[in-house]
Amino acid sequence: MNPTLHSILAFVETWWVELLCAVLIVLVVPLIAGYIVLVERKVMADMQARLGPMRVGPHGLLQPIADALKLLIKEDLIPHNADQFIFWLAPVLSMTAALTSMGAVAFGPWFQVARDINIGLLFVVGVSALGPFGIVLGGWASNNHYSIIGALRSTAQLISYETTAGFALVSGFLLAGTLNVRAIVETQRTDHAWYVFLAPVGFFTYLIASIAETNRAPFDLPEAESELVAGYMTEYSGFRWSLYFLAEYANMIVVASVGTTLFLGGWLRPFSSVHWLGWLDAAPTLLLAAVGAYCVFRAGKQPSRVQSLFMWAVAFACFVVAAIFALASPFSHLPLEKMHDGLYGAFWFLLKDSAYIYIFMWLRFTLPRFRFDQLMRLGWHILIPLALINVVDVGVALALSSEFGLNRWLAMVVTTAATLGAATLLLRWNDKYSAAASASLLADSSVVEDPHAG
Amino acid sequence: MLDSVIFYFFAGIAVISAALMITRRNAIHSAVFLITTLLATAGIFLQLRAEFLFISQIILYVGGIMVLFIFVIMLVRLDVPLPQIRSRTRKWIALLVALAVGVEAGVVIFLARKAPGQGLLIPDPAPADKLPPNTEELANSLFRTYLLPFEVASVLLLVAMVGAVVMAKKRTDAP
Repeated sequence: MNPTLHSILAFVETWWVELLCAVLIVLVVPLIAGYIVLVERKVMADMQARLGPMRVGPHGLLQPIADALKLLIKEDLIPHNADQFIFWLAPVLSMTAALTSMGAVAFGPWFQVARDINIGLLFVVGVSALGPFGIVLGGWASNNHYSIIGALRSTAQLISYETTAGFALVSGFLLAGTLNVRAIVETQRTDHAWYVFLAPVGFFTYLIASIAETNRAPFDLPEAESELVAGYMTEYSGFRWSLYFLAEYANMIVVASVGTTLFLGGWLRPFSSVHWLGWLDAAPTLLLAAVGAYCVFRAGKQPSRVQSLFMWAVAFACFVVAAIFALASPFSHLPLEKMHDGLYGAFWFLLKDSAYIYIFMWLRFTLPRFRFDQLMRLGWHILIPLALINVVDVGVALALSSEFGLNRWLAMVVTTAATLGAATLLLRWNDKYSAAASASLLADSSVVEDPHAG
Repeated sequence: MLDSVIFYFFAGIAVISAALMITRRNAIHSAVFLITTLLATAGIFLQLRAEFLFISQIILYVGGIMVLFIFVIMLVRLDVPLPQIRSRTRKWIALLVALAVGVEAGVVIFLARKAPGQGLLIPDPAPADKLPPNTEELANSLFRTYLLPFEVASVLLLVAMVGAVVMAKKRTDAP
């Protein structure tokens, strides 16, 4: 046999799981992003007492596909005065960074492309931090005032909130004692606690910083439509625009996965080491069966025959997946140990990821957008000091528990209380400061513009 | 074999984009090629199994410093050429400096290939799968062996940062 072909075959044979995962990520993430958009529209509609998309497919289930088709056949415009090369490069850069960083995320004990890399979560965070280059360069290349203001805002925002996110992650890394994704999840199993309970302040600061990093409301100043048309993507249309859009949603999945892995126990079942709660393993099967039953219930009420057939198909798919979960469950006593770990791990991970992303949506439809000086004050005066204090306090708690044998939970409760006390002082001082600052602003009418506003 | 292919791949990208970075007229294009150079250097770190250096290069230089660079470049007028580029004497000085650096590098390379055991010392590389975890090794040497120099360096950086803030503040406060 041809030696080159032989070595390629050997390579595929050794790494087929990883290759399959990589191909799945590239193929499935755009689809998932589309469906996150549908869920977002449905959640928004629900919060605003509407129905949301209902026409394309039953309950709007085919809406993402229709949207994608529309975007694909739209005219692809490049403005005449734009910098052609960078205009082309920018959305590609955003998408590449988002997809590459997913390579090190463990979506379950078996579903991970880059296994056992020592820097683990740091790789995810670092590579996803390349994505904003796409925003900045795209805004600059468009040769448009709205775009460049959006790009400048995005840069300033990224620099401010990346620091907070980094310190919040450090408090989690200190608890885990490793950067390796698998080892982080395994230490949460052996510690019998998700780190959100040991370092609640760290999780809270990471949550806020991750919303700001993905440019989501209430931090969506780079694309604030009431001020900047569409910010950095004003000049983009068609497929390039959809690349930006996909990158935004892929980034949401990435930051949610980092938060889930480090603070919410990754792919572990809730109370994974408590035996009498083993019945929680039935949850995936029951949940999917319930969704299937709901689809059957709704199928008869669809306006047309095609739609009710589609509903039956969805119900059937749900029942099939539920049956697979049931077969792989520990109650069935079949020799499917590995399959059980992979399936159930992926289920819990995706469930936690979805909950995290749901918080993003909830905040988006609840809170009004920040003003830029408020954004900067929140980042630099409150979140960064809070994250720093939290890192110090977690370090002290770890030292107390390891050097003096203090109960770990007690140490954590004490230091969290200390952090919160410090945060209260910080807020009061900040209120005083900002009151004084706005008074001087009012007195000095020559200062009109905020220096960060671009 | 695979190692050297990866090395020459990244090294080639680094050298070519470094040259492009200098020759581009447009500052943003230069910045993009500088990013490419830094990423390729990070790739070389990874090929040398220094994964922590790889990711710190990406996070600090590419994700932090280059974002700031581009932020500043976007606020500057780019179409006004600097008077320094036009100056003749500066070109001669630049040529001289380039020659000096080239000769230095050549001498080092020449001395290194003189004989095995002489010249530059290249320690026996450990097999790739037997290397100790990079992050832990780095932390041990920074926070145990060289704790004092490390802290002195960080205090120095802090002083520089505070100094920069003080100087900038004085300029804006002036009426």
